[in-house]
Amino acid sequence: MTILVIAEHDNIALKGATLNAVTAAAQCGSDIHVLVIGHACGAVAEQAGRIAGVSQVLLADASHLAHGLAENAAAQTLQAIGQGTYSHVLAAATAHGRNVMPRIAAMLDVGQISEVTKVLAADTFERPIYAGNAIATVQSLDPIKVLTVRTVAFAAAATGDNTAQIRSLAPVPDSGLSQFVSLARADSLRPELTSARVVVSGGRGLGSADHFRMLEPLADILGGAVGASRAAVDAGFVPNDLQVGQTGKIVAPELYVAIGISGAIQHLAGMSDSRVIVAINRDAEAPIFSVADYGIVGDLFDIVPALLDALQEEQKRLAA
Amino acid sequence: MKVLVPVKRVVDANVKIRVRPDGSGVELANVKMAINPFDEIAVEEATRLKEAGHASEVLAVSCGTSACQDVLRTAMGIGADRAVLLQTDAELQPLAVAKLLAALARKEAPQLIVLGKQAIDDDCNQTGQMLAALLGWPQATFASKIAVEDGRLFVTRDVDGGAETVQLPLPAVVTVDLRLNEPRFVSLPNLMKAKKKPLETMPAETLGVDLAPRWKTLKIETPPQRQPGVLLANAAALVERLKNEAKVI
Repeated sequence: MTILVIAEHDNIALKGATLNAVTAAAQCGSDIHVLVIGHACGAVAEQAGRIAGVSQVLLADASHLAHGLAENAAAQTLQAIGQGTYSHVLAAATAHGRNVMPRIAAMLDVGQISEVTKVLAADTFERPIYAGNAIATVQSLDPIKVLTVRTVAFAAAATGDNTAQIRSLAPVPDSGLSQFVSLARADSLRPELTSARVVVSGGRGLGSADHFRMLEPLADILGGAVGASRAAVDAGFVPNDLQVGQTGKIVAPELYVAIGISGAIQHLAGMSDSRVIVAINRDAEAPIFSVADYGIVGDLFDIVPALLDALQEEQKRLAA
Repeated sequence: MKVLVPVKRVVDANVKIRVRPDGSGVELANVKMAINPFDEIAVEEATRLKEAGHASEVLAVSCGTSACQDVLRTAMGIGADRAVLLQTDAELQPLAVAKLLAALARKEAPQLIVLGKQAIDDDCNQTGQMLAALLGWPQATFASKIAVEDGRLFVTRDVDGGAETVQLPLPAVVTVDLRLNEPRFVSLPNLMKAKKKPLETMPAETLGVDLAPRWKTLKIETPPQRQPGVLLANAAALVERLKNEAKVI
């Protein structure tokens, strides 16, 4: 039996999330194919072929596949599944995977196990429910298992030595259903939130969009990404794609710094797997302190500049 | 156009859930229940489409036990015109719910189905996409903006690293994200009026769809807890710890 992993990419480069999905796939079975659906994305297929453990790359290349529209991507995946003997279909639980995979599952008339955090057996998985306040162990009863996997729960597969065969698939016709109009990219030179080594997040305590920007130099000196709580998003300080939590991004960086974040259940669900958590908050009773390794109780408008100074001192000392 | 809004009854978002010590599930007895917050946003959006003259009727639907009537009343309090309960005591997984909703959609022929992107109990994030697949309709998930122009939908979606806009012909399925709108407060008079709106109950089994579960839940546990940390006096102490103890900088 073979595992099919749906690659995530922007037609130029493979996204790191695919490497995490391949690791999860390797825990389900040993023969792994990666499906690349896109346009003028031969370079992506070559990158996918270099991932350790991948035996074959399937490439569907056509202009109407360029934007990863769910209708076309699901039809193409179904066509690929029909040409093999697949036991599992996997994708990372990213915006793309979450969009496309349930459509594929329904077309196969199977259930989907979402947001898998642990593979216990080829048919048995752990997944968080209730915003991570409970962990369910579920056993799939379907002949084909359709899974989305949490990237933070699986290490990235190695890449480099392998050269898997690339096989071209005939593109499915355009569904004529949804059409791509535009993509407004949030321009940032900082690392992507879900793969950053350090995340500096702010909450309602920042008070305004202007004040929120004081986190940017802190993120930059730490080489990190900027995140936000749902309260900060709701208050309009930052766009929703920065939201960390049950309803936003799930992150697990080496260092997570929560500034002016009280620590609502829904926020903790998105970051409590981080290796080291720092909390800075005025309220000593804030729930964020119950998950923090290091906390400072006080006014963030004093502490954040002091922290930036201390880090700059440290950097100077290292440079000297 | 007629708009169908599926709503789920879930544990209220402000309740801290308790996992049963025997691993059999989450304690639901005497726990405050509410409309799934994402579905509430969907009802609000459908109501606004009606108020803007784009929708002619808003129909709310829920699948589950007779207790789900309360969330249908909430939906009608916000602005749904009528409601249908597809009643069953069976455990419903997303594929079964999608099949029930597809069967109802074939009867009611809505032009738009709008629902929450996920339910905050099982966190599956599947039903809308599955429903679109079963009906062969276009889908737009994680909507932060919905516009109707010349019988087509323009939906702005929250995606990783930005916002994508897609154009969909009708009929279509849209799942909504948090930023789409802020649901109105349901006033007491509106809640009273909602009690007079029609609520039809239909045994789910009469729709003739396969409700069989596709996975078995073996156990439900509390996640491992983090050890309590230390409080530090100032930023300098924090930098020292991060460098020498945690070794993350």
